[in-house]
Amino acid sequence: MNPELGQVALILALLLSGLQCLLPIIGAWRGSKPLMATAPTLAIGQAVFVALAFGILMWSFWINDFSVAYVAQNSNLSLPWFYKLSAVWGAHEGSLLLWMLILNGWTVALVVLGGKLPEAFFARVIGVLGFVAFGFLLYMITTSNPFLRLFPVPPNGADLNPVLQDPGLVFHPPTLYMGYVGFSVAFAFAIASLLGGELKSTWVRWARPWTNVAWGFLTLGIVAGSAWAYYELGWGGWWFWDPVENASFMPWLIGAALIHAQAITDKRDGLRAWTLLLSIFGFAFSLLGTFLVRSGLLTSVHAFAFAPSRGIFILVYLAVVVGGSLLLYALRAPKVTGGKSFALASRETLMVIGNLMLTVACAMVLLGTLYPLVGEALDIGRISVGPPYFGPLFLILMTPLVLALPFGPLSRWGKADLKVWRNALIRIVALAVTAGIIGFIVGARGGYQLLGITAAVWVMAGVAMFAIKRWREAPRGKRYPFEMLGMMLAHFGIGVFIAGAILTTSMSVEQDVSMKPGANVDVGAYDFHFNGVTETQGPNYRAQQGTVVITRNGKHVVTLHPQKRTYSGGQVQTEAAIEAGVFRDLYVSLGDSIGDGAWSLRVYDKPFVRWIWGGGVLMMLGGFAVVLDRRFRLKRAVEPETVHAKPEAEAPRKLAEGEA
Amino acid sequence: MNPVRKRRLIITLLILGAVGVATTLSVFALQKNMTYLYSPTEVDAGNAPGGHPFRLGGIVKEGSVHRVPGTLTTDFVITDRFQSIPVSYTGILPDLFRVGQSTITTGKLENGKFVATQVLAKHDSTYMPPQVEQAIAKAEKEHRVPKTAQGGGAP
Repeated sequence: MNPELGQVALILALLLSGLQCLLPIIGAWRGSKPLMATAPTLAIGQAVFVALAFGILMWSFWINDFSVAYVAQNSNLSLPWFYKLSAVWGAHEGSLLLWMLILNGWTVALVVLGGKLPEAFFARVIGVLGFVAFGFLLYMITTSNPFLRLFPVPPNGADLNPVLQDPGLVFHPPTLYMGYVGFSVAFAFAIASLLGGELKSTWVRWARPWTNVAWGFLTLGIVAGSAWAYYELGWGGWWFWDPVENASFMPWLIGAALIHAQAITDKRDGLRAWTLLLSIFGFAFSLLGTFLVRSGLLTSVHAFAFAPSRGIFILVYLAVVVGGSLLLYALRAPKVTGGKSFALASRETLMVIGNLMLTVACAMVLLGTLYPLVGEALDIGRISVGPPYFGPLFLILMTPLVLALPFGPLSRWGKADLKVWRNALIRIVALAVTAGIIGFIVGARGGYQLLGITAAVWVMAGVAMFAIKRWREAPRGKRYPFEMLGMMLAHFGIGVFIAGAILTTSMSVEQDVSMKPGANVDVGAYDFHFNGVTETQGPNYRAQQGTVVITRNGKHVVTLHPQKRTYSGGQVQTEAAIEAGVFRDLYVSLGDSIGDGAWSLRVYDKPFVRWIWGGGVLMMLGGFAVVLDRRFRLKRAVEPETVHAKPEAEAPRKLAEGEA
Repeated sequence: MNPVRKRRLIITLLILGAVGVATTLSVFALQKNMTYLYSPTEVDAGNAPGGHPFRLGGIVKEGSVHRVPGTLTTDFVITDRFQSIPVSYTGILPDLFRVGQSTITTGKLENGKFVATQVLAKHDSTYMPPQVEQAIAKAEKEHRVPKTAQGGGAP
């Protein structure tokens, strides 16, 4: 198939997206049903053309069409087929196309599932998504066309960056983008409600499942990226506070805050303006993330070569989207007031504290990430801000959140029963301290380890107590609705994550050693025996492969084969060998030959490292579970008037849930 | 006070408190944890802080990489094509560390030698960190040497 067809498809998609932005919104404004009715057709049409372009690019990779510059730069005849296909999003242009495809996926999902939304509101939502799509398509066509031809056609491609030749490439970018782009739906809902001047906050209930799914995907994307960095970058770190990681972490923090703010708005009608603001910022940070990764402004493992035109375009786009949204917010939001009042001791207050800590943490990360740019602009030198800034500050900011976390679900809306708090506090403290003591007896030493155990149990005990409370108080069959189950899963995931993060950091044994064949080294309770290095051959690389036999108390545990690969393009890539386990990972990566037959090796014993990602996966499942709740099933098509009347009619039911 | 005002007051105070604490902490932490990047020329001119960690960026000079036998220590020279600084690093070098490639090292100056605790090389082998590029450009400008005389500075 002809790559120019892909280009044409993109241009057609651009035109359709422009129409998708204009027609439904004008229709909603004028109250014209025919114009509003164009929304689904335009959205699906645009999706078809973007999918076509994506398919053509993938096809070009499949048939090794090196006349396409993007293919020539990122593929190679000897590249295995699954990397050929995922190389589509291995660099700048293609990953934008993936971004677009996913945006269209979300829009089509909205068309299919959101048909019962009020017509005008639905038209505005689709219109706003059309605007987002228009910006990105314009960006792609003007600055980052993936279908540019190359002449003369090279006989072979330059090969995919070896770091990317890993199953991580297949999962990490698509899931991360699902999350990034998913926030555009919450954003579109918020903007649509502002555009329509909705005084009621019914839209928040419609937006909640979408936000939860997006956040779930973002969590998964970050987990996949972290795990990938862990085994691919060759030194066993799982989080680096790298600008690009921060770029994905900021929308995650805002997303977590948004999920809770939406819950308050949905159930208590409070914090409406805040929810609107977070919806805008959630998406703004997704855009900023794309901007930071793609512009190459910041030095990072992810940075591509810097192209000023690209950076400026995204900067302008960001300014238009964020500035426009905030202007709209400033004009319309003052009308949005009300909500049920709440006492100082209430579930709302705890959730507001959580929200504050999450947003402040996001601001802290933003400051640290952008500070080097500011420093450069003010000419005070080239600065870098690293883990010593982010780590301790993040810990400090999250402490109040973790302390408050068990009590949120246990307290009532409006006004918490202080007796319940006291009883819960006594039990949770007792459990956490007991866990600390048990940890000490089992052999945990050092304040940090004990802190990790107590903090994790603190959170988990809160979840367990909530589960017991529901079991006792709620009637059978209504004990754990999906919304609650999601909350419990995610909160428990935080406990698991805390245990993993703090225990790994404090208990890992990491050594860089030089070893000759036959040499031994002790790492923790394990004995690592080095059996030398042999040559082996892969599909598109040759590798020096080490053999390391690991024993414990004389018993064979595992034999690991770390590799140092040299790819056909000449790039060198270390492949760590990892024995993964629930309670510990054993990690070996091969350094260099340092003469006399000796090699440098990294040998690690990393306890509980899997819990970090396990916790993340639980959080993701929590986000997904919420969607299944009956609360979010849309009723039959309703006219705007009846929608506005709905909350009152439902008030008794809401109150009952609120008390839960 | 009516409940709405009271709630607003609570929220406002919470926000102000959190923002205040966070700003103080962040500024304090930023000041303590920033590391500056210098080019060899700047280090040679005595601009770099003595005794404090900083980053040294430049190109790994051709023929300068030597391993200390039997240890993980590697000695090499980082240059911006005008001045050069000897560097010593103990540990495993990144995959993309190569002669003639740009790199950024973090460490301290001790007796005229830069003792690095971290060595970074870019994953994209055709990529030069903008910081290094600018350091080189700056050195070039100060020496008023035409760009062609740079002699394969950029890979």
